[in-house]
Amino acid sequence: MTREEPPGRRDVAVVAFAQTDVARTTDELSEVEMLMPVLHSVLERTGLKTADIDFTCSGSSDYLAGRAFSFTLALDGVGAWPPISESHVEMDGAWALYEAWTKLLTGDADTALVYSYGKSSPGSLRDVLTRQLDPYYVAPLWPDSVALAALQAQALIDAGDTDEPALAAIGARSRRTATLNSHAQLRGSVPQGDYAVRPLRTGDCPPVGDGAAAVVLAAGERARELCSRPAWIRGVDHRVEAHSLGVRDLTDSPSTRLAAQRAGAFDRPVDTAELHAPFSSQEVVLRKALRLDDSVRVNLSGGALAANPVMAAGLIRIGEAAARIHRGDSDRALAHATSGPCLQQNLVAVLEGEPR
Amino acid sequence: MSKEPVAVVGIGQTKHVAARRDVSMAGLVREAARRALDDAELSWTDVDAVVIGKAPDFFEGVMMPELYLADALGAVGKPILRVHTAGSVGGSTALVAANLVAARVHGTVLTLAFEKQSESNAMWGLSLPIPFQQPLLAGAGGFFAPHVRAYMRRSGAPDTVGSLVAYKDRRNALKNPYAHLHEHDITLAKVQASPMLWDPVRYSETCPSSDGACAMVLTDRAGAARAPRPPAWVLGGAMRSEPTLFAGKDAVSPQAGKDCAADVYRQAGITDPRRDIDAVEMYVPFSWYEPMWLENLGFAAEGEGWKLTEAGVTELDGDLPVNMSGGVLSTNPIGASGMIRFAEAALQVRGQAGEHQLERARRVLGHAYGGGSQFFSMWLVGDRPPMS
Repeated sequence: MTREEPPGRRDVAVVAFAQTDVARTTDELSEVEMLMPVLHSVLERTGLKTADIDFTCSGSSDYLAGRAFSFTLALDGVGAWPPISESHVEMDGAWALYEAWTKLLTGDADTALVYSYGKSSPGSLRDVLTRQLDPYYVAPLWPDSVALAALQAQALIDAGDTDEPALAAIGARSRRTATLNSHAQLRGSVPQGDYAVRPLRTGDCPPVGDGAAAVVLAAGERARELCSRPAWIRGVDHRVEAHSLGVRDLTDSPSTRLAAQRAGAFDRPVDTAELHAPFSSQEVVLRKALRLDDSVRVNLSGGALAANPVMAAGLIRIGEAAARIHRGDSDRALAHATSGPCLQQNLVAVLEGEPR
Repeated sequence: MSKEPVAVVGIGQTKHVAARRDVSMAGLVREAARRALDDAELSWTDVDAVVIGKAPDFFEGVMMPELYLADALGAVGKPILRVHTAGSVGGSTALVAANLVAARVHGTVLTLAFEKQSESNAMWGLSLPIPFQQPLLAGAGGFFAPHVRAYMRRSGAPDTVGSLVAYKDRRNALKNPYAHLHEHDITLAKVQASPMLWDPVRYSETCPSSDGACAMVLTDRAGAARAPRPPAWVLGGAMRSEPTLFAGKDAVSPQAGKDCAADVYRQAGITDPRRDIDAVEMYVPFSWYEPMWLENLGFAAEGEGWKLTEAGVTELDGDLPVNMSGGVLSTNPIGASGMIRFAEAALQVRGQAGEHQLERARRVLGHAYGGGSQFFSMWLVGDRPPMS
C-alpha cells in the first residue's frame, strides 16, 4: 500500500511558471519555436541557466505532432549541452512534474525544469483523440471526444446533478474570469452556441488551441533562494480508472477523490482550485469529487473552457495555482489535471505558501 | 536525507517473436506482468503503482496506450505513468519506477515495457513526411552506418569485428528461451556471407523486429526481505541526454553516454569498471555498437574496444561477457529492448538466468540508448544491497 508521508520528506516547491498565449492556430511556429520563449522566460524568473538545472522532464504527444519522436526536437531547443539528466512522459506535463517531484524527493536533484506543449491545430483534434481508445473494439468506430463527453453530460443530467442552464453558467463564468488572463484563448462574453453533441453546446466545450508551459521546481533552501514565496508541494497523487466507459459511473470521479485524499487535499480547506475540466459538465463531476464548495475560488484563470492546449493544460493548472501563491493571492491551492476520455485519469496537487 | 534501497524481486518476459497474432496488446503486456508477479510471488493487489514505457505510439497506432492498458495491468485505482524516451525508454521506464521506490512514494512498483511491432510497420512509423526535418533515411541502419564507418576509421578496427559480435550474440540467444531469433545453424561464415544492407552493416549484424514485453517488480528493503528468491539491488542508475545534431557532437562516442556511465559508477562506488563489473547487457542493435559502447562505457580505452571483442573477452566464457541473453541483435521489441537489458542484468545477479547464467555475476551493468545516440539510461545491479 502507499506510504503515509514519511517524516523528513524533502520539501519541494514550484518556484517559477511561464506559459504562451494560447492560439487557435500557430502555423508560423514549429513546436520548438513555440516552446523556446517559455523556456527562456521561466529560467529568467529564477536566474538559472540550463546547465544549472539538475533534472529536466517534459510531456508531449507524438500523435498531436503527427510525427514519431517529436519530443527529441524540443530537447534540442532546451540546449542539452553539456549533456543533461532528462526524461519524458508521453502525457500531459502535469505527469512530467510528478516524475520530477519524485526525482527531487530522492535527493538526486535540487532543481528541475518541467515543460510541455501541444499543437492541436495541424489536425482534427476530435478525430486524433479517438486514437486513444481501445484499438480493437472502440477506436475503429471513431467515437470522438465531444461525443464521449456528451454521454457523460447526459448521465449527469439524468442523475439530477446538473441541467443545461447550469452548464451554460459554468462556461460563461469561465470565460468571464478569463478576461483577466491575457494568455487565454476565449475571453469575455462567448455565445453558448448551438448543440455540438446533445446536451453539450459549443459553449460547454473547450476551444481547440496550441500552447506551451514550463515550471521550475526546487527543493528546500534552494527554493527560498529562487523565489520569495515558493509554492510548496504538500502532496501530489494521480490515479487511473478503467478505460471502458461501460464499467464506469460517469457521474463520479473516484480516481480524483482518491488522488486528492492521497495528496492531502482534504486535510485542510483550500482557498483556490485550478481544475482541468475541458467540458463544463466535467467541472460538476470534479467539484463533487473534490468537495469544493462556493468558498473556494475555482478556475480564476478561466480554466480549460477558456484555453485547452492539449498536453500543457494540466501543467498550466499547476502553474496557475503556484503563481497565485507566488503573488500572495492564495495560501493553499489545489491543482488538477486529467487525461483520457471522460476524466479517466486524474492528478491532484496541493500547493501552499508559507504563512505571511 | 537518504534514499530507500531498491530491489528487483520479480522479472517476466514474453517469448519474443516476429508477430504475436494470438494476443492483443493487452494480452501481451498482461503475460509479462503476470510472469513478473509470479516470480515475486505477489498478486496484483500488492502493486502500488505501474510505470509503463514503449517507443513511439505510431508503432502500434494507439495514442497514449497506458489509458487502454490500465485495466490489463491491474492499474485501476492506482497511479500509472507512461515514459517515452525513444530507444532508451525501456531503461528509463525502469529508472522512473525505481525512483518511486527510492523516494519512498511507493513500496512496490510494477514496471513494464513493450512493443507489438506487428500491429503496424516500424519503418512507416519512423518515416512520416514532415517538411524541414531530416527523415531517418532508410531506417535506423541508414542513420547509424556512417557512425560505424567513422569508428572503424578512427580505431583502425579490422572489418571482421562486426561479424564476430553477431555470431556471438546469435549463439548466446540459443541458450535464452525467450529470445526471438534461434538460429541453430548459425556459423561465422554465414554471418559474413549475409547481404550488405548499409555498408558496413550486414543483414545478420542487424536486429530483428519483434513483438514482446518485459516486466519487473521493484520494491523497498521490506519488500526485498519478503521476496522468495534472491533480489537484485540497484547500486546506481542514471539518464543523460544531449542534442540530436550539432557541430560538437561525437556520434561515435557521445558525451551523454560517458557522463551517464560515470554517474552510475560514482553512485555504485565503481572506480575501475573493467575490474569491478562482471558482465554487461548493452544495447547493440547493430553489431559494431559492441566495441563502440565498450569504449564509451569505460571498459576499454578509446580505439581499443574492438580488441576485447576480437580476443573473445566478451564471449559467454570470456572475462567480461557482453549480451549473455543474445542481446538486441537477437530480440528487438524496440520499446522493451532497454528494459530487457536491465532485466537480464538483474537475472544474472539473482542467479536466475538459466542456461546463459554466468558463474560470476555479482555486479552487472544494464545499458540502453535511443534516438540518434542522444538518450542514455543505465543501471548497475548487484547481489548485495547498497552500502549506505
